[in-house]
Amino acid sequence: MLAFTIRRLSQSVVVLFVMSIIVFAGVYAIGNPVDILINPEADIAEQEETIRRLGLDKPIWTQYGLFLANALQGDLGNSFVHNLPALDIIFQRLPATLELAFLAVGLAVVFGVPLGMLAGLKPDSVVGRVIMTGSILGFSLPTFWVGLMLIMLFSVNMGWLPASGRGETVDLFGIPVSFLTLDGLSHLFLPAFNLALFKMSLVIRLARSGTREVLLQDYIKFARAKGVSDARIIGVHVLKNIMIPVVTVLGLELGSVIAFAVVTETVFAWPGIGKLLIDSISHLDRPVVVAYLLLTVTMFIVINFVVDILYSILDPRVRLGGAN
Amino acid sequence: MAAAVQDDGINPWRTFASDFAEKKLAVLGLIVFVALIAAAIFAPWITPQNPYDLNQIDFLDGRLEPGSVGSQITYWLGTDDQGRDLLSGIFYGLRTSLAVGAASTLIALVLGGALGLFAAYFGGRVDTLIMRIADLQLSFPAILIALILVSALGQGVDKVIISLVAVQWAYYARTIRGTALVERRKEYVEAATCLAISHRRIVFKHLMPNCTPPLIVVGTVQVAHAISLEATLSFLGIGVPITEPSLGLLIKNGFDYMLSGDYWVSFYPGLALLITIVSINLVGDQLRDVLNPRLKK
Repeated sequence: MLAFTIRRLSQSVVVLFVMSIIVFAGVYAIGNPVDILINPEADIAEQEETIRRLGLDKPIWTQYGLFLANALQGDLGNSFVHNLPALDIIFQRLPATLELAFLAVGLAVVFGVPLGMLAGLKPDSVVGRVIMTGSILGFSLPTFWVGLMLIMLFSVNMGWLPASGRGETVDLFGIPVSFLTLDGLSHLFLPAFNLALFKMSLVIRLARSGTREVLLQDYIKFARAKGVSDARIIGVHVLKNIMIPVVTVLGLELGSVIAFAVVTETVFAWPGIGKLLIDSISHLDRPVVVAYLLLTVTMFIVINFVVDILYSILDPRVRLGGAN
Repeated sequence: MAAAVQDDGINPWRTFASDFAEKKLAVLGLIVFVALIAAAIFAPWITPQNPYDLNQIDFLDGRLEPGSVGSQITYWLGTDDQGRDLLSGIFYGLRTSLAVGAASTLIALVLGGALGLFAAYFGGRVDTLIMRIADLQLSFPAILIALILVSALGQGVDKVIISLVAVQWAYYARTIRGTALVERRKEYVEAATCLAISHRRIVFKHLMPNCTPPLIVVGTVQVAHAISLEATLSFLGIGVPITEPSLGLLIKNGFDYMLSGDYWVSFYPGLALLITIVSINLVGDQLRDVLNPRLKK
């Protein structure tokens, strides 16, 4: 077990290192930030001073070495645009994204599980088919397009919900959140629903196939024979058993919800880290782009690592299979 | 195999076609898709206006409603802020979208297919190395990989294609490896090996033709994914450049006017994107059912 953990951990570190090189070297090539950051009317001495201050005069490998040494100390450089530490800016925007992501996952479960169960209970009925067609559409339609349609329908035509921004926020333990005010909730609903659609389709499929499987089990037959009401069989016996895969998959998918938030945040002008990334790419704000990408990649590597370790505890075949 | 089929007097292509036609919706999808391809290819000849020729557009016709009669032509789907005919714009946008989707899928299919085939045939270290990279990549969501690459490579049609290839190759490598591992153990490969035929010939002439059907199915559905991902990147403003707008970029351009009620500037390009993706998916789903031997009666 220890050997497996160490091997898996060293693998994660290598991946992170390779990713940091790719991200740094790649982002270095976007363009010359000097052109944007320096006042075109500045004289040469002033220009050189700025270049030196930003460390842009050194060769790229030295820049990477410095970057790595600083990164290990939790310093990913200062934003060219905001002139604040890149990580601070990201952490400042992170609560908005997390709030959106968690609500999206919540919506995916709240809507997805009942719909999937309904489709599983009546797979050949019209309702079941409509739900499954809906989930196929949820899978194949681009998120930004659905977001656009939501804005067109609910914000422009009906005027029910606002189309952009976070609305009124309240501080919860010093972190501004939207979900505690009515105005904030109204701003939160459309983007969260938009972000939830893809995962909802996934949950519908999981719940549907789970329900169909569970219904054939002996304990369901036994419960029926015992005279347990249908409502209780579905609400307790079936529901509890299909939630295991749903919860596992959603835990795994939380990372990808945060990655996909880039699209939703851009559509709804939600001030989270996804919108920050897109703005920073267009402003060539390298440190912020690098910090965002590294942070997200690290998050994924950590999630994958934890999942692998958990699986190897639950199923020893995984680590034995990996050994040869 | 082919000889046996011909002895029965059955043309495999005809069987395939009639199996495919069993589902009317899939046939409709195919017709729509072919029509879209034709519209994209012949766009310069059939559109009422070349939206990128400044001599043909009139700035005063900006943001006209659908059906408006302009100074030269009728704008059936309205105009954008520059006074470009939206219908023509969509045809040209379809050109970029379909070209990027098809090119990236084709390159990824060839590259991923070859790598997966080598991995399965040679096994050992080659296999471990290739499949490890594929596994690693598939553990990140496609959008994240695309974001990293696009922010690294910068804008441009070629760069978007490179990103899409990098995102997609692993699917093909995995698919073909699974099939090839089964095929490799079959007698015809053993026979070919005994005849001392070169590795290259065995891989490409013997193994490959028997591994392609699942690859075609994955490829069809992936075209839709590629188009959708390209549209997303372009919508975010980090995809194709303004000089060669795709449907995603047209939607982005119109998005600013949506809140002021001029819905059509981004609605119709969005509708075109939707029709494209849905029609490809209909065809892909039916192809999967037809080519899947387990579902054969």
